Amino acid sequence: MVVFILFFLFVGAVIDYVYFDAFTPAGAAIPIATIVSLAFAAFTTLTAYYGGSDIILSSLGAEKLDLQIPEHRELHNVVTEMALASGSTMPRIYVIFDPAPNALATGTNEKNAAICVTTGLLTLLDREETQGVVAHEISHIRNEDILLMTLVSILLGGIAILADWGRRGFYSSRTGRRLSSKNPLIFIPLLILIALSPLAARLLAMAVSRQREYLADATAVEYTRNPGGLAQALEKIRDAAMPFHKATRGTAHLFFVNPLRRAVNESSSKLADLLASHPPIARRIRLLYQMAGIPQKFMQASRALAR
Amino acid sequence: MIFVIWGVIFVLGIWIISTYNGLTSLRWRIQNAWRQIDVQLKRRYDLIPNLIETAKGYMQYEQDTLQKVIEARSQAMTSKGVKEAAEAENVLNQSLAKIFALMENYPELKANKNVLDLQEELTTTENQIAFSRQYYNDLVTQYNTKQQIFPANMLAGFFGFKPSEFFEVAEAEKALPRVNLSLSR
Repeated sequence: MVVFILFFLFVGAVIDYVYFDAFTPAGAAIPIATIVSLAFAAFTTLTAYYGGSDIILSSLGAEKLDLQIPEHRELHNVVTEMALASGSTMPRIYVIFDPAPNALATGTNEKNAAICVTTGLLTLLDREETQGVVAHEISHIRNEDILLMTLVSILLGGIAILADWGRRGFYSSRTGRRLSSKNPLIFIPLLILIALSPLAARLLAMAVSRQREYLADATAVEYTRNPGGLAQALEKIRDAAMPFHKATRGTAHLFFVNPLRRAVNESSSKLADLLASHPPIARRIRLLYQMAGIPQKFMQASRALAR
Repeated sequence: MIFVIWGVIFVLGIWIISTYNGLTSLRWRIQNAWRQIDVQLKRRYDLIPNLIETAKGYMQYEQDTLQKVIEARSQAMTSKGVKEAAEAENVLNQSLAKIFALMENYPELKANKNVLDLQEELTTTENQIAFSRQYYNDLVTQYNTKQQIFPANMLAGFFGFKPSEFFEVAEAEKALPRVNLSLSR
């Protein structure tokens, strides 16, 4: 979060330097753009902190549980179990009426956290597997990832707007004249930096997100003591292969598995490592089987026999 | 020289305060976790009579087993302390598992919506007991380890911190289920 605010400050300062001649004797006395972008950063951060989870939940069309439905009651029970296993307070629970199997956790701290599950996930997975998924989401709450991720999804939008604003100024004629008076060795790299800042912010967010997914998988196993449940859930979801249409690129990193199903998420090349919001499912499954101490092939064969 | 002495005292003070506070907060969390288990156990005591009442009508030939569950329940309800409670719970668990196994023989019973609801409730309650027990034992491990490692063990002894008891699982529960693969002749 501090990184993000510094990032805003930096972009603002660069805009000042290039467009308003700040930090030079001849320039304006007050670095206007720095202050504006700092205010903007403060505003978006506060919005994200106090209303972020509600914004995200309502944009996804999440609804409260109906305890009359057996499946919903089972979900409620499973969440209660996992809250006990992790020693945390009970989160709010929501469902999204969508056939794509997926789940997410959001909120700012343990007390106002929310877990959200699609109806597709409830029908696809059995109790043990649902437990694994819920444990993964609870781990996100316990590891304080939700605050980070909720903030990131709001701030990513903010940085994109700011960079857009900086880039557009470049094409106006007045700026061109002013630029000629400065050392091109300084301002050209700076301009490139502004242009690339949304990408940089995204890379940063994705890198954090991917590491957090591995950590949450590991913590989930600590809670359930059952790596098989989570691994099977991942396998079933991978085989279902259904994109979740309500998710956008801004909210993709919040989910249990990548809802966008872009090709980069499935391959395990170096480039994919850089761009994907989630680690490749195959690698997550492999790690889980390693935790269980069971060779993956053996599990798959035994399940094929059971069918 | 005087600064060095003050510095050592300061660091020592910080260490004593942080160790003491760490141990105290863990002790309270353990007590809270134990209360959580208690809540779940009580919930199960309330559910069991309902199940027995519903099952009675169908399972005329298993009155003995049903009676045993009721006895185990009242035994568990009156037990006090971590160790005694754990033992009584183990007896209750075994008799309940027997009932569930026997229920497989009664298709009408399994189709009853009331029974299905009760079964889900009992499943989640048993899981909740298991998970709160797991959490409790994790905390106890943390607490006991913290007390016994050097140099904190000197402080723990001085302030009178004592190791907590684990909520043990019965040997029968830990043993692997044996599957008989020999063909009947």
